[in-house]
Amino acid sequence: MPSKKLNLRKRYELLTRGMGWETTHQKMDDVFPYDTFEGIKITDWDKWEDPFRLTMDAYWKFQAEKERKLYAVIDSFAQNNGQTNLADASYLSAIKLFITGVTPIEYAAHRGFAHLGRHFRGDGARIACQMQAIDELRHQQTQVHTISHYNKHFDGLHDPFHQFDRVWYLSVPKAFSEDALSAGPFEFITSISFAFEYVLTNLLFVPFMSGAAYNGDMATVTFGFSAQSDESRHMTLGLEIIKFMLEQHEDNLPIVQRWMDKHFWRAYRLLALVATMQDYMLTNSPMSWKEAWDVYFVENGGALFEDLSRYGLRMPKYHELATAEADHISHQVWSVFCSLGNATGFHTFLPTEEKMAWLSEKYPDTFDKYYRPRFEYWAKQQAEGTFEFQKGLPQLCQVCQVPMVFTEVQTDPMQISYRVTEHGGDKYHFCSDGCKDIFEYEPEKYVQAWLPVHQIYQGNCGGATIPEVLEWYKFSPDDTGDYIGSRDHARWQEWKGTDAMVKQA
Amino acid sequence: MSDKKNTVFLILQDNEDARPIIEAVEVDNPEANIQYQPGMVRMECAGKLVVNRETVEEQIGREWDVQELHLNLVSLAGNVDEDEDQFELSWH
Repeated sequence: MPSKKLNLRKRYELLTRGMGWETTHQKMDDVFPYDTFEGIKITDWDKWEDPFRLTMDAYWKFQAEKERKLYAVIDSFAQNNGQTNLADASYLSAIKLFITGVTPIEYAAHRGFAHLGRHFRGDGARIACQMQAIDELRHQQTQVHTISHYNKHFDGLHDPFHQFDRVWYLSVPKAFSEDALSAGPFEFITSISFAFEYVLTNLLFVPFMSGAAYNGDMATVTFGFSAQSDESRHMTLGLEIIKFMLEQHEDNLPIVQRWMDKHFWRAYRLLALVATMQDYMLTNSPMSWKEAWDVYFVENGGALFEDLSRYGLRMPKYHELATAEADHISHQVWSVFCSLGNATGFHTFLPTEEKMAWLSEKYPDTFDKYYRPRFEYWAKQQAEGTFEFQKGLPQLCQVCQVPMVFTEVQTDPMQISYRVTEHGGDKYHFCSDGCKDIFEYEPEKYVQAWLPVHQIYQGNCGGATIPEVLEWYKFSPDDTGDYIGSRDHARWQEWKGTDAMVKQA
Repeated sequence: MSDKKNTVFLILQDNEDARPIIEAVEVDNPEANIQYQPGMVRMECAGKLVVNRETVEEQIGREWDVQELHLNLVSLAGNVDEDEDQFELSWH
């Protein structure tokens, strides 16, 4: 009698509990040299559990099916000139920021998980990390494949990986991922699988992707949702690893809490770019950043931390500030981009009347009072021909590397939030208490930060003038500046006869 | 937001494959709040949400592997417990 098919639990157990062994020729600590120095104490790796109990055969089967579905959509989109059905070509600025700022993080995550897939002592943990390493590589590849279609028709999409390592605003995601990659394995997984994936990717891959669908970009929504289906597994695993560390030893709690505080704030600062994509770069937005934050962080993050409170874990430090800032950050960051649009790899544009009416409705306490006057002033200058891009370069936060544009939203929203500390006789500047705390705990790490503005002034970025720096970035003049009058805009007009951005101008 | 402190959710793509799963969720979780948003369907429920294999099979008239859920999954929140017969999300 052949044995009956094994059940899910049994198959998962055989894959993850029988394939490793106690080494004898070499000491286990020599074979796995990285998983103890952070101070996390693990007494029984067999307690590691993947709730999806995904085995290799099922993994390949379902991933292959996801790819077939995705590539069918991408092919169809390209064949049918899907790019002509976008709400507006100015929407592509969001996709340009995505391919240069997010896709390289997927690749960085792939590298990190490949490392963990070798270096965790527990075989269950290694298998989970190996699968995630493959997932992250898949995300990077599918994003490049999908967006390569837009590269045939629009500027600014030609060299994302070169730009990720150089461009001033892309140092924000680069610094975030390298902070995690250069940490130990438990901190890395807390940063990426938990703080980033669980608490925050929902904000990028759910409301933003839904927004892509709303703007006629069926290729992007499809890779976005396809990636996020993997992220659901990663988030679930992230939650498990947190519970696993907290259940293994009580000494782990303060370490995990500190990582949670740090990586929540790091990931949250990175999300300032996503907030801007959501509110300003989507031509039509089904949901504002503030609404998305309330649903995906306040409600769902709240439920998550409520669940984890039984282990003694509390909400990450400064989460109240992040919620208060939800009324401000998209307007502040879009203002920075609009004022430095001569040095961005995507086109900037002032919000239309229609967009401003929507922003007033979604941000009744802040938009009309603090931000509308600024955009109207710039619109007036543009109409009169007196508008000029900034000539100077902004000061950057030493930790998150975002220009110092955030304000004291809880006390005086017109006052720049500015913190400073001294280390080794030098002064270091920060955008917030969150970033300052991170620096002060590990100053020797963050004094090494490669700050693009400092590097430009030190002469390390191609030259002393903006055109020289842009050339070093591999930005062509067609990639930068205002959308109105750009090559993308001209092409769009040719296809459509007219367009939304001109109607308002 | 304190009244929503224990909300779990399951988001699926808004497509034909997901429709019977959404119908099964409605059958097995009468309390669930189902929201249709561009490209996706968000199902949320207080405390717990379950997808039963048998209910999905009744909707589609064929055998259904619970792991097929991955194909149209967009996102979720809650602790996951999955086996041959059901997929459950819950907060403790």
